[in-house]
Amino acid sequence: MNRRTLLASAALALGLAGTAMAQDDTTKVGFIYVGPVGDGGWTYEHEQGRLAVEEHFGDKVETVFQESVPEGADSERAMTQMALSGADIIFTTSFGYMDPTINVAKKFPDVKFEHATGYKRADNVSTYSARFYEGRAIQGLIAGHMTETNKIGYIASFPIPEVIRGINSAYLHAKEVNPDVEFSIVWAYTWFDPAKEADAANALIEQGADVILQHTDSTAPQAAAEKAGNVITFGQASDMGDYAPMPRVSSIIDNWAPYYIDRVQAVMDGTWESKDTWDGIGPGMVGIGEITDAVPEEVKAEALAMKDAIAAGEYHPFTGPINKQDGTPWLAEGEVADDGTLAGMDFYVEGLTGEIPN
Amino acid sequence: MDLGTINPILLVASLMVSATPILLAAIGEMVVEKSGVLNLGVEGMMITGAVVGFAVAVNTGSPGLGFAAAALASALLSLSFGVLTQFLLSNQVATGLGLTLVGLGLSSLIGKPYEGMKSPTLPDLPLPLLADMPVIGPMLFQHDLMVYLSIALVAAVWAGLKFTRAGLILRAVGESHDAAHALGYKVVRIRLMAIFFGGACSGLGGAYLSLVRVPQWTEGMTAGAGWIALAIVVFASWKPWRVLIGAYLFGGVTVLQLNLQAAGTRLPVEYLSMSPYLITILVLVIISARGYHGAPASLGRPFHASH
Repeated sequence: MNRRTLLASAALALGLAGTAMAQDDTTKVGFIYVGPVGDGGWTYEHEQGRLAVEEHFGDKVETVFQESVPEGADSERAMTQMALSGADIIFTTSFGYMDPTINVAKKFPDVKFEHATGYKRADNVSTYSARFYEGRAIQGLIAGHMTETNKIGYIASFPIPEVIRGINSAYLHAKEVNPDVEFSIVWAYTWFDPAKEADAANALIEQGADVILQHTDSTAPQAAAEKAGNVITFGQASDMGDYAPMPRVSSIIDNWAPYYIDRVQAVMDGTWESKDTWDGIGPGMVGIGEITDAVPEEVKAEALAMKDAIAAGEYHPFTGPINKQDGTPWLAEGEVADDGTLAGMDFYVEGLTGEIPN
Repeated sequence: MDLGTINPILLVASLMVSATPILLAAIGEMVVEKSGVLNLGVEGMMITGAVVGFAVAVNTGSPGLGFAAAALASALLSLSFGVLTQFLLSNQVATGLGLTLVGLGLSSLIGKPYEGMKSPTLPDLPLPLLADMPVIGPMLFQHDLMVYLSIALVAAVWAGLKFTRAGLILRAVGESHDAAHALGYKVVRIRLMAIFFGGACSGLGGAYLSLVRVPQWTEGMTAGAGWIALAIVVFASWKPWRVLIGAYLFGGVTVLQLNLQAAGTRLPVEYLSMSPYLITILVLVIISARGYHGAPASLGRPFHASH
């Protein structure tokens, strides 16, 4: 708490100095991060986006960021301080900042806000997210082929639509290539806690999982899998290439840089408008990290074919027939899920066991 | 629900690993508090130990050297707390919090080049004969050196405090520094030694996280473990074996809840997730309801020979 206050006041002081330097041409861009920039995953990639903004615009922008800001009410203070310090646009990069972003945005109508992975917008609040589930489909396909125990462990963070979409997408595609596959899901209730993530991975491995999928931000599950030996993992949010070729056999990479540059440009041009952006593999917001040689050639080819089909818009990972967990039909044969349902997804698909906590 | 997939032997084994960092930090902090000093900087010392241990292990290829360096680095860091609070009489709570901030910042500075790197880790060290016993063997006697060492440390602290003259003096200083001073004991020197010991233990705990349990360096990786260690000292009423029980209970419930989830229990996850904290609070309430806390009487009070 105190560390944040310290950082915040430092940011504030910097900001005041910035505004004092008169209303010059620099656009001030703020970022609120949920973890440390060195997490090697989610926050790391947002930080790469921030650096890309700096590089692209040079002297025309000034960027500030605050890391490890807890989700919930406390984040309002961080955003308020950033807005007070003269930020023109603020990116709030975690789902849990949704309501705080809306609240703070009301108080600062002239500041533009961009909230990642949420669904609440306002005149000065845009939302943006990536279609991670497209990457999850490819992970599921590889996982289904690779598992020998037919048990796949999934370290989930919080029961929010984004995470549930990922689970469903991975499960559907694993099941398609391997009907015997089973998913064990552990809710870690954290985005970032390396020790807990490692414990969760170990618990899953001890119970027979030989594939670990993670929706938490650190590389700890990769290290746990490596230690255990015959277990494969996928990089989450970032490439996590240090763990290739085994256990990390591929990854989902978030590429925020083009979007951030685009939006900052829009603020500079005065063309910024509130909108919802949800891009996937096609536009390049979601990247698939190199599939290593640990994966058999034909599986790799199948995975890449699926990637191309998704990128080209020929294949949607949620294409019917798909039933919900309780057996009620969700999508008919050939029907494709609409974005509204996906954005608010709060149910498992048929075949998954356990309940979604809420 | 299929509890059959949970292997109790592996469960106990992994809970011991999971509890070792907080056990090490907590037993060190207990000695510090027994001497009458409240050092809230455990988190900062742990993470410093984590990063220094990792860096040294990576550079030398020896996890043993990593642990030694971690202990030394955290102990030196804790001495800054010692000098500030014992000689300059700064407020212990504020200084301790400051120490945590310094540790977190310093560690991310030192750790930048080590992100994503891999270090040599401690090999498992099955104890001869004991490790071959059925059930008990794989549960208790097939760990790495630090797990045994942490338990030995608890035993040593217990015996030291209870049976030795040095332990008696330490406790006397913690109970009434004025009386101990009147008897001619060097209160400040004794407290500095306790702080140094506490720092070294926290450093070992941190290094265990980054070298064995996770094992890698990630910024902010202690994620509150130091605060849990502090709570466990209170939970244990400042008694060494209870520190062990507290740490294992906490580690145990954490690991158990993850295992129960992986096995697909129908118990709501929220309850499982909060269970370690609930149990800690419950025990604290039971202890305080009994009226005796066991806190050293001079805990957190500044001492100066002229007062």
